[in-house]
Amino acid sequence: MTITTDNVFGLNAPALALWQRRSEVIASNLANADTPGYQARDVDFRAALQQVSGESGQLAMSAPTAGQIDATSTSTDDLKYRVPMQPSMDGNTVDTQVEQSAFAANTVHYQASLSFINATIQTLRLAITGGTS
Amino acid sequence: MSLLKIFDTAGSGMAAQSLRLNTVASNLANADSVSSSPDSAYRAKELLFAPTHAVEAGAVTQDAGEGINGVQMLGVTESQQPIATRYEPGNPMADASGTVYGSNVNPIDELVNMISASRSYQNNVEVMNSAKELALKTIQLGG
Repeated sequence: MTITTDNVFGLNAPALALWQRRSEVIASNLANADTPGYQARDVDFRAALQQVSGESGQLAMSAPTAGQIDATSTSTDDLKYRVPMQPSMDGNTVDTQVEQSAFAANTVHYQASLSFINATIQTLRLAITGGTS
Repeated sequence: MSLLKIFDTAGSGMAAQSLRLNTVASNLANADSVSSSPDSAYRAKELLFAPTHAVEAGAVTQDAGEGINGVQMLGVTESQQPIATRYEPGNPMADASGTVYGSNVNPIDELVNMISASRSYQNNVEVMNSAKELALKTIQLGG
């Protein structure tokens, strides 16, 4: 078993970053729950993780010449607008209950990724110390 | 550590909602205020909220903050509802024709606003608590 330091945690490290980003997006949805015209957004987790892990089913568009628009450069690619179940009259599409449950689920997912990483660290520590300390 | 951005976002939401609660309190307190002219009558104050990044860069720029938007208050507007006038010649505030001008505060609107504001405030507090918990757990990683 070989362990390279940049891949110890596998997909958990980018997943953790993505859960974190998603929690930020949902937090801003909740903060703007009463802002007129605000459109709720969410991270397309599958697409974002595929992009990070390089396992995307779609081939990335290349931009060979300078000045050509790089289709992969925008960091908001993975952000989608939520389809509102009960749109309100002021154009706000935040559904508080939906956002709350999404935030709660996201928190649990974040903690799950965190425990996987923690378990890896403890395994490595056990291997290093031989269980003596 | 970008989990801390959530504190800014939720914090701006809490600030906005507490401003809204303040406005409701002011409107309700002045619901029965009277004055001697229509111009000086109390008009219900209303707040105008907007996402933080939308205004910095133009109209449709919710993208500007990469999906992260706090709330900001653009300004205070006054309700355009008609002002209640009453004929009370004995009132010391009455004008020459014996009319006093009340406020145009609608207590039902204000109560609804109050409930909505306090719920939203609680939501933001919950978000902040969860973010704090996650941040603390992340700090203790590997320990």
